Amino acid sequence: MDVLIYLIPIALFLGGLGLVAFLWSLKSGQYDDLEGAKWRILEDDDLPEK
Amino acid sequence: MTVHQRDWQAFVTPGKDGAVHMDLAVDGITCAACMGDIERGLKRLPGIRTARVNLTSQRLGVDWVEDETGADEIVAELARLGYTAHPFDPASHRERQDKTGKELLRCLAVAGFAGMNIMLLSVSVWSGNATDITPETRDFFHWLSALIALPTVAYSGRPFLKSALNALSSGRLNMDVPITIGVSLAMALSLVQTAQHQHHAYFESAVMLLFFLLVGRYLDHNMRGRTRSFAENIAALKAEVAARINADGSVREVPLSKITAGDLVLVSGGERVPVDGAVETGASEIDQSLVTGESLLVPVKPGQRVYAGTLNGSGALQVRVEAASGATLLDEVNRLLETASQAKSKYVRIADRAARLYAPLVHSAAALTFFGWLLAGLEWQPALVISISVLIITCPCALGLAVPAVQVVAAGQLFRHGVLLNSGNAIECLSDVDTILFDKTGTLTLAEPELCAAIDPQDSVTALGGRLALASRHPLSTALVRATGAIMPLPEVKEVSGAGLETRVGDETLRLGSPEFCGASAAEVHAVLQGAPGASLLAIRFGNRPVKLLAFRQKLRSDARTVIDHLKAQGYALEILSGDTQPAVESCAQALGITVWQAGIKPAQKIARLEELQRQGRKVLMVGDGLNDAPALAGAHVSLSPVSAVHLSQAAADAVFLGDKLQPVADALRLAKRARAAIEQNLWISALYNVIAVPIAVAGFVTPLVAAVAMSASSLAVTANALKLRWGEGLAEPGPVRERLVNRERQG
Repeated sequence: MDVLIYLIPIALFLGGLGLVAFLWSLKSGQYDDLEGAKWRILEDDDLPEK
Repeated sequence: MTVHQRDWQAFVTPGKDGAVHMDLAVDGITCAACMGDIERGLKRLPGIRTARVNLTSQRLGVDWVEDETGADEIVAELARLGYTAHPFDPASHRERQDKTGKELLRCLAVAGFAGMNIMLLSVSVWSGNATDITPETRDFFHWLSALIALPTVAYSGRPFLKSALNALSSGRLNMDVPITIGVSLAMALSLVQTAQHQHHAYFESAVMLLFFLLVGRYLDHNMRGRTRSFAENIAALKAEVAARINADGSVREVPLSKITAGDLVLVSGGERVPVDGAVETGASEIDQSLVTGESLLVPVKPGQRVYAGTLNGSGALQVRVEAASGATLLDEVNRLLETASQAKSKYVRIADRAARLYAPLVHSAAALTFFGWLLAGLEWQPALVISISVLIITCPCALGLAVPAVQVVAAGQLFRHGVLLNSGNAIECLSDVDTILFDKTGTLTLAEPELCAAIDPQDSVTALGGRLALASRHPLSTALVRATGAIMPLPEVKEVSGAGLETRVGDETLRLGSPEFCGASAAEVHAVLQGAPGASLLAIRFGNRPVKLLAFRQKLRSDARTVIDHLKAQGYALEILSGDTQPAVESCAQALGITVWQAGIKPAQKIARLEELQRQGRKVLMVGDGLNDAPALAGAHVSLSPVSAVHLSQAAADAVFLGDKLQPVADALRLAKRARAAIEQNLWISALYNVIAVPIAVAGFVTPLVAAVAMSASSLAVTANALKLRWGEGLAEPGPVRERLVNRERQG
């Protein structure tokens, strides 16, 4: 069972990474417009001009 | 069209890297295509850094380099694309940013992350306890849990701790007090147990409890935020701006916050007066219905005072802004509003009332357990452990979820019926209402006037009058245009300020305006008013033909009678309190079959009546929209406002309803009753779990299994009971709420 001593901190670190990512996304305003984002997928601004 | 330019530069705020920023409420963004159009269209302008439409709140944020493009060009480009932009006042916008929501979401995220990890460790320990976990591994897991749980509770528990301390410092008990005590004791006990190498620790209970509670709080907050943003957009569409006349004679529109006493302000025909002040030049008629509830137009001349929120008739006025001396009507209303809301904050929420009963009971049960075990001969420490277990087991998530779960579901249902909640306890307050006070103008009736009798479509004079009316933005003219369906304006219209319009058709003079202006005799006016008491009159005179008098009145909401009858059948006592004239109120009361009514009342008298009823022990629902209603709205047990109400009334009301019907009022009351029942059932469910769990805890048999089952089963039961509210509730009206809102604004 000694392997737990390595595995659990690793698991916690990875989980913590997820938490930090979420807090970052919250701070950068990713949740300000939930309605618009789903429509933006359909925008084709990035296609080359013909 | 307005004659002056809006000074868009005044709405610009400094942004990042030398760029500037502006927020706009854009009317008519309904789909993704609009979003793309606007963003792409604006990016074609030079110097635009970003243009981003927020589809949820229908707002546009633009950042650009000031030297290359002006704010005016951005708005002009939007207009060219077919969208009308309304500015947010930058001074008031800053306060609106949602700090609490983000704070709650952060706490929620931390609690969620910690909860999952601790659960993972705890489940291992539980299964290990049943099989062959070594004490060393168990201790290691417990210490790890402690390591995660301690900072989490310290961080995510702050909202509850703050609220509990606030309550205690003012000598009250609320729901957050037992929650805080429970969580802190759970943490303390778990630490002691861990240090003593015991089999059980309760870190997961504490953290999961916080997590569930935060979910409830966040949903509740979010739902109210949605109401606020709707109300704000509507307020912005009404434009909190004023047209300032500068020293050089130019007229520019600026935000209200930039207007100071002594400024000269131009109020065009058909616009709302933005300030309190005295008329400098010009003559017109003012519709003061928002302030007094009075639907007759009042003539104003230089030297007279006008009030913010009133609607200017046909003439243009120059108004000298007066100092905010504290004596303005708005200040008076604000003062009444403040005292009224203070009186109201004494209301105790159901959850807190439950806590008041529940907390002493639980705490004495725990104390009795401790002394009981001592008397039974146990050492003090195991006895303390058992008594703390009692405290923990009686504080399951169910109790925390009981109220917010129902509130969130009920708020969603209300939203679908066109009712937006403004205050957190609106549902609970609505459920114990027994008396309803209605304002008349704008509440029982629609805000805009309509013809009392149908017009003869063959009548050429009325049709000409309708075409002449196209030249004016006066509310009665607009109503006449609607009634006649006129589309062809007449040429060379002369406007006589404060009286009416005049033009020549062929060789004859056509006049439209006040009865005096068209030469109607007092007898004729009297005769028409006999037939339509309290109506506003508009006269048409064509050549030497007899004067035509048209009576206008605010029409009742289409379903008013049905809803009133329904409410009466439900046993509510109904009453009309209106600032309008007696004949108008009387005819409205008769049409609706309401026997108790008062006319010509001022704001203070409304409050007085309200207090009289409240002294009699009545729970009063106030439904009103005017500035004169705002203090009464704030002072009532609970209050509703139509979305067309003035900003102040919306802010004072506990909930806002949408659309041209009165039905949402009845829906709100019915749903609130059901929600109240569900809240009470939920409190009973969680109490029942305690009744089962407490004896087990007192006997000292609290195993993690019992705790886990009690926790999840009671939470599920409570949530399921809340979701029950959705059953058997059809949609009142199909179509998304926003569509209806947009339509309303277009009509207005």
